[in-house]
Amino acid sequence: MRDLRIGIDVGGTNTDAVLLDDAGGVVSKTKVPTTQDPSEAITSALTAVLPAETERVARVVLGTTHAVNAILERRGLRRVAVVRIGAPATRSVRPLFGWPEDLRSAVSAGEAVVRGGVEIDGRDVVPLDADEVAAFLRGVGAGAEAVAITGVFSPLDPRQELAVAQLAAEALGPVPVSLGHRIGSLGLLERENATVLNAALGSVIGQVVSGLQVAMADHRLACPAFLAQNDGTPMAVGLARELPVLTIGSGPANSVRGAAALSGLDEAIVVDVGGTSTDVGVLARGFPRESTAGVEMGGVRTNFRMPDLVSIALGGGSIVGSDGSPGPRSVGAALTTDALVFGGETPTLTDAAVAAGRADLGEAARVGTSRDRLLEALRRAEETVADAIDRAKTARGDSPVVLVGGGSVLLPDEVPGASCVHRPEHFEVANAIGAAIARAAGESDRIVVIEPGGRDAALEACTEDARDRAVEAGADPSSLETVWLEEVPLAYLDVPAVRVRVKVAGPLRAD
Amino acid sequence: MPRFQRVERLDASNLRAYARGCAILGSGGGGDVGTCLLQALQAVQDFGSVPVVGLEDLPDDALVVPCGAIGAPTVSFEKFESGEEGRVLEEVVEELTGARVAALMAGEIGGGNGLVPVMWAARAGLPLVDADGMGRAFPEMDQESFELAGVSPSPAVLTDERGNVVILKPLTGKWLERLARDVTVSFGGTSSGADHLMSAAEARRASVIGSVARALAIGRAVRDTTDPVGALVSAAGAVPLLVGKVVDVERTTAGGFARGHATVDGTGADAGRVLGIDIQNENLVATETARGRVVASVPDLITIVDEQTADAIPTERLRYGQRVRVLALPCDPVWRTPEGLRLAGPGAFGYGHEYVPVEPPHA
Repeated sequence: MRDLRIGIDVGGTNTDAVLLDDAGGVVSKTKVPTTQDPSEAITSALTAVLPAETERVARVVLGTTHAVNAILERRGLRRVAVVRIGAPATRSVRPLFGWPEDLRSAVSAGEAVVRGGVEIDGRDVVPLDADEVAAFLRGVGAGAEAVAITGVFSPLDPRQELAVAQLAAEALGPVPVSLGHRIGSLGLLERENATVLNAALGSVIGQVVSGLQVAMADHRLACPAFLAQNDGTPMAVGLARELPVLTIGSGPANSVRGAAALSGLDEAIVVDVGGTSTDVGVLARGFPRESTAGVEMGGVRTNFRMPDLVSIALGGGSIVGSDGSPGPRSVGAALTTDALVFGGETPTLTDAAVAAGRADLGEAARVGTSRDRLLEALRRAEETVADAIDRAKTARGDSPVVLVGGGSVLLPDEVPGASCVHRPEHFEVANAIGAAIARAAGESDRIVVIEPGGRDAALEACTEDARDRAVEAGADPSSLETVWLEEVPLAYLDVPAVRVRVKVAGPLRAD
Repeated sequence: MPRFQRVERLDASNLRAYARGCAILGSGGGGDVGTCLLQALQAVQDFGSVPVVGLEDLPDDALVVPCGAIGAPTVSFEKFESGEEGRVLEEVVEELTGARVAALMAGEIGGGNGLVPVMWAARAGLPLVDADGMGRAFPEMDQESFELAGVSPSPAVLTDERGNVVILKPLTGKWLERLARDVTVSFGGTSSGADHLMSAAEARRASVIGSVARALAIGRAVRDTTDPVGALVSAAGAVPLLVGKVVDVERTTAGGFARGHATVDGTGADAGRVLGIDIQNENLVATETARGRVVASVPDLITIVDEQTADAIPTERLRYGQRVRVLALPCDPVWRTPEGLRLAGPGAFGYGHEYVPVEPPHA
């Protein structure tokens, strides 16, 4: 009987893992320090939660920050041939202009802006110049480990991107190709940047997937493996190899999904207090609310889907200054040796929580004469968190607040702006629980021109696209449901163009 | 040797500050400055910096060309300029007038349109005039000071990234607006235009003078300080209206414009006060909700800035929870004349209230 599942979340400080039963109950859980090579921590966390009968495990889902770190450290990135379809338009800003020079030189195998592109009404801006594409790709040749292709208005009509992908296969053989319309929404430069990063991350995620598969094989786990993506839902590892950039925001998203599962709420503010920082996110219709503005990644502006967060530099390890100011510096993973209550010399917010009687850790007496400034720091930290909660809201009024993460013991049971405060059991491993949740989702974000009488067909086509993506991620096609559907008419245009965003989710199919 | 004194140059060292100033003068509109800043930065990197000249430094008969981008922001996020449009405009204008173009001028200093002429000037090797036609951003092409001075909108030139050219000879500014919109739609939603071609002598009495220097001064003040909002208030002569938090934003699309209404609740010293702000592309009117009293109105500039950085928040980016300062900047005096108010005062936007200058009378 395959009635168990494993969720693993690799964080900056700790790697958490949980084993859940088919009702979502926690069978076992663990928290181990994240190692220099994260696959060691993944293996030891997996070992710690593994059941005796490994054949009962239906799947393993991993949430990881590998991709973010690879970009920040410019490590393990593939060399990418960058093709933009849009000339003569858009030549005023060439591809990768404005990127940090070291990232650009680590990633670029050459860039071209070729003739082509689509108008908002679906016409060609100019026809695609296939000869120009072929000549560029032949010139780059073996220097390209991947190809990133982004066309003007490709979210409206991807046919030119698909044509260039075909040309790349003919010129370069079986090289991995990233297509803009699968990765970002409107905003050519941001979508192009996200597509290039996606292409560059292929081998990084490939190694994570291989490492996970090896660890699973060592433990005789024959079940399917998934990676968590930016909305906190799993995607099959095969798809993750194609769309690695979609795993980049999975950490905070997993916390929000885990908070939903633990609290049973669909709408709430989720406060995840870690060792160094606190992320405040919003749970909307059971999923993390996504950012509408672009996000910056390693100094590059992108526009792929990311959880909308307010992050503050406060956590359980935050160091308390002599004036009672909390953070932003943190003792991080050294909390259990450096904090006062653990026999160290550094006053932290965890000491403050002990002084205030909110946590029972270490030796409370060691707080000693620091008590007043610790309580002052705790008061200021509460104010900052209350302010972050308020900033995260999208409307007036109080809403339920769910506190998760190991550092959430800092916070009191009443928080300004909260209609009620939930502290679910297993709050400290909410992110790993979020990773293990059994629903997959797919999203479509397209611009469609709606002719008179054609609205239903247009919306159905977008929904179908989202359904295809959900199934590709691993959802069971027989029980999908639409989570939300938004239509935003575009201003200033003569054509009746509408931006349609659809999200579809369903249970993972049993394999 | 240039035949005129260079006031200043725009280059990689000051374009970011200039862009922040343009965004603040955009009064919430004028297009996003992000892509336009990259365009200008690439142009000065590839073609060299842009000299900024005063109109007084140009000979009386020097041909000055106001120019900019027209159209839908949604389209320009995807399909933006090739960069060659400025050279096409220059060439066609020279054919039409039989004169050499001496300098480019921004038709609209506010928002991205303050930067587009910088890109074209760098690529064409032309100077940029320290002036514009608005001193801010307005929704319509004919809401320019040139109209008030009786400068003819004809001939006007429109081009696209492919090099299509349309020459218009509109009878009035209103016709320019109407015809240019139609051409822009045919081009696919964006176009590049030059209109109200003038001699330097005409431009001196028809333009808002010193706009480029003003945008740069505001951007530098905000950049070089630990108190950006305070620096903005003194550099721009701004009138602080409210310290607060955005608590509601309603949006509708009507008549081809993005309309909306934002509500800002006062915080700190302003706790208890509420401002309502009407939007049509730009921020138009700020009303003290409790008393129904208009506290600032077009043609004065209403700018909503981030409480910490003093960066302008464009109307399309306003959202619940933002901590902001609402500021009003006095408009150029040309907009306070009876003709100026007819073209761009409250009545031009369908309001019944009488315009009262935002700054205190004895300030």
